Parts: sequence; C-alpha cells; structure tokens
Amino acid sequence: MQSSFPCHEPIVTMEHVSFAYGQQPVLRDVTFTIYERDFVGLIGANGSGKTTLLKMIVGLLKPDLGEIRLFGQPLRQFREWNRIGYVPQRNQLNPLFPATVREVVLSGLYNRKKMFKFVNKADHAKADDAMHALGIEDLGSRLIGKLSGGQQQRAFLARALIDNPQLLILDEPTVGVDAETQEGFFQMIKHMHQKHNITFLLVSHDRDMMKEYLGDEPAYKHGRIGFHVRHSHDLEDCSQEDLTHGLRDYHRQLAGESVS
Amino acid sequence: MDIFAYDFFQRALIGGIMIGLMTPLIGTFVVLRRLSMIGDTLAHVSIAGVALGFLIDIYPLGMGLVFAILAAFAIEKLRSAYKGYAELSIAILLSGGIALASILFTLGKGFNMNVNSYLFGNILSLSQLDLLLVTVVTAAVLIAVLVLFKELFLMALDEDAASVNGLPLSLLNILTIVLTALVVSVAIKIVGALLISALLTIPVACSLVFGRGFKQTVFIAVLVSELAVIGGLSIAGIWNLAPGGTIVMLLIATLVLLLLVRRSVRV
Repeated sequence: MQSSFPCHEPIVTMEHVSFAYGQQPVLRDVTFTIYERDFVGLIGANGSGKTTLLKMIVGLLKPDLGEIRLFGQPLRQFREWNRIGYVPQRNQLNPLFPATVREVVLSGLYNRKKMFKFVNKADHAKADDAMHALGIEDLGSRLIGKLSGGQQQRAFLARALIDNPQLLILDEPTVGVDAETQEGFFQMIKHMHQKHNITFLLVSHDRDMMKEYLGDEPAYKHGRIGFHVRHSHDLEDCSQEDLTHGLRDYHRQLAGESVS
Repeated sequence: MDIFAYDFFQRALIGGIMIGLMTPLIGTFVVLRRLSMIGDTLAHVSIAGVALGFLIDIYPLGMGLVFAILAAFAIEKLRSAYKGYAELSIAILLSGGIALASILFTLGKGFNMNVNSYLFGNILSLSQLDLLLVTVVTAAVLIAVLVLFKELFLMALDEDAASVNGLPLSLLNILTIVLTALVVSVAIKIVGALLISALLTIPVACSLVFGRGFKQTVFIAVLVSELAVIGGLSIAGIWNLAPGGTIVMLLIATLVLLLLVRRSVRV
C-alpha cells in the first residue's frame, strides 16, 4: 500500500467497503487507495454506484461493511474537512436561491469560522483570488441561479478551492454544460493536477475526455465501475505553491493567448 | 385615531412588531429549504395543544407551544422514516393535529368562542403574559439566527456540501424546526393557525422578487413583514376589521404589486 515517494501518501483508503440501498446491493467489497497527487476518474454506467462511492468518502453515506480512511484517519474521527473540496452534482441547486456568487464562494470558508465570527477583509480577498482563479471575477455580485451551467460550475468550484484543499472531489462537473466549456473545464483541472499537484477524484459521464487523460485501461475495476488513475508528473518535488494564485495566472495566460 | 392610545392596542403593536421580525427570519430558511408547509403543520398541531390547555385550564398558548415542539420532533422522526417523502410526514401531522383538536373541542363544548381567536388570530387580546412569551421567543430566534447564520445558509444552499463542511446536520435540522415551532406557536395569537404560513412565506416570496443577495433577501423580507404588520394592525384598528386577515391581505397585495412592478420594469 505504501508508495516509495514522500509526497505520495494515501489520502483516501477504502478497505472491503460494501453498501446496499435497503435490499439492493450497490457496492460489494471495494478495496482501493487514492494517493496524494493522483488523478482518479470513475467511469461507469448510470446506477453503477459512482456517486454512492463519493458520498461514502465524504461521509454522507455510511458503508454497511468495511472501513474508509481520509488522510490516514478513520472517517468517523476525521475533522479536517478544509483539506477536501467537494462539488456535488449541480442539479440539486434551487435556481431561485437568492445568493450572490460572492456569498456562495465565501461560504467555502464557513466551516473554519467560529460562531459570531463574520467574514472579514482577508476572507473577501480569498474569495477574490478564488473567483479570479476560475475566471469569474466579474460575476461576484450576480445571483447564482441566474448564471449559465458552466458559470455555476465555476462558482461552486471556486467555493471548493477557496481554502486551498489538497483533494478535490467532483461529481459530474460538466453535466448540462456545452462542449466547448467542458473542454475548457477539463484543461483547467488537468492544469491543476499537473502544475499544482492537486489530488482529484472525479466522476464524469464524458468517457472520451477522461480516457484521453487517464488512459483506456482502468487500474482497478469493481463491478461496472472502472477506476482510471494517472499520477502527477513529478512525485519527487513536494513543494506546493498557492493554488488560487497559480490558477489566476493560468487564466491570465489563457486570456492573453486568446487576445493575441 | 385614538385607538393608538389604548393599552391593548399598544401591546398588540409591540407584539406584532416582534412577530413581524421573527417570522421572516425563520421563514427565509424554511422557504429556501422547501418546507413552507411546516408552518401550517406545526400550527395545526399547536391548536390541539391550545384546546387541551383550555380543557384542563393550563395557559393555552404555552400548551400550544409544547405541542408544536413535540410535533417538530415528530416531523423530523417521520421525515427520516419516510425518506424522500417529506410531505408525507407533514400531511400526517397536519390532519392528526386537527383531528385531536376537534375531539378536544367537543370534549369541552363551552370554550368555542375562545378557540376561534386561535384559529383566526386575535392580537388585540394579547395579555401581558402573552407579550412576555413573545419577547422571550423573539430573543431566542434573534440570537439563534445571528449565531448560526453561516450554518443555516450552508444548509439552505446545499445540504450535502454543508455536511461535508463538518456541520452537525441533524442537530441543526432539529434546531431549525424547533425554532419554527416556537415562532409558529406564538405567532398564532396574531394571525391564527389557519393563516400562519402567510407570515412565514409571503414576506420571503416578496423579497425573492427583488433580493440581490442572501442578506439583502432576509432584510427585505423583514421590512415587508413589518410594514404589513404595522399597516395591517393600524387599518384593522381604525376600521374595526380582523387584524390577522388584514395583515395577510396586505402582504398578498404587496406581493402582487411587486410582481407587477417587476413585470413593468422588465418590459
């Protein structure tokens, strides 16, 4: 289980995990480890249990059997949720929800705020960085429900990024988004993986884009779910620069390229 | 205009202003979590408590409050028992509350007149004790919403993500619903059990028309609610109308007006 590289520690460990909805078994005896700086894509048919798996990892569902560990700690004892950015499927969002993009992005910091502590200037600066990082800095005062699917996706990703997480868990991030936006989104998360060494766990219906980056052959197969894995390019360099600042430069470059 | 000089009217106004503040505060979260019918349900169960209070001669509003809180726990319990069918628990308790109330009504036939004021509200009969209870509940709601504003926002926006933020969801759920029960059972006095959802939902519906952000939405909802309560009480006092009904009609008129304004602005 142990990797020979210092920055390739196990981040998510599943051991003999099983889950059933009532009498309907969904996952049976899954054993898999996601290491630091891996990009893991889950590919599988609808109903194969991909979302169920993600929900167990973030603690929304409890496995019937087996154990899950996050950053080496049993899930029950794990409290450092700011190390994980989670973007659930977007179809749950109420389109009339009366919050601005800035309010949504800032809410990514709420779990670190004590009672009675409200957002301050430093928090707003972080939100600015996160919005810049995703190229939505002009949308801060817009209502989240009034944005396009792709823009909403970026807003929720900005919320997940605001606290500089090490692991990003994305459930179908490109559903309801046009092909061009999808392509741009994939480029961006690949960049985050390669240049910023973010660990990814991604569920996507877009097999082609996933396989192009992660390869045709799954590293592990469970039932109808394929676990496709790609390691970061450089496992020996453990340095980690600030993600949101780095991403902001990425978007500036993109903007510059499209202008020239 | 000398109605404003009377003690009972001043008490009604003070009580009304407090109720007008706390109903949209809680109402915002209730509406955004699509639990609008919960106010109605809690109110109907609360009526059974009021009826029991009259029957055994214990402070009816207090008894209603106890019943509302019990109903709040029952809703949460049933909600988890029938996951995905949240409205089922609401329907069961709503009819159960009225069923129990009707039995208790027939047991003590003499108090029908008083019960009416709990069905349709009678803020003009607000006693000192009632006013004290309203004050305590208002303080509790204000403190809870201020302290838990971030948590309540996260839960309303996305319950799953809130849970990943490490929030104790079931505790917060119960707290929200108990606070709603508190608000509903004291607000019964002003608009009555049959109209209570109006105070929880219409100010929020109004602010959703124009709110440009979350805090602004809460603020506009409170503003609309206070205008309707103060305006409605004054109109009802001067022309001798039912206060609860007047406040609700004023709220609906405001909503229609806002929707018309939005339409004309867009065209």
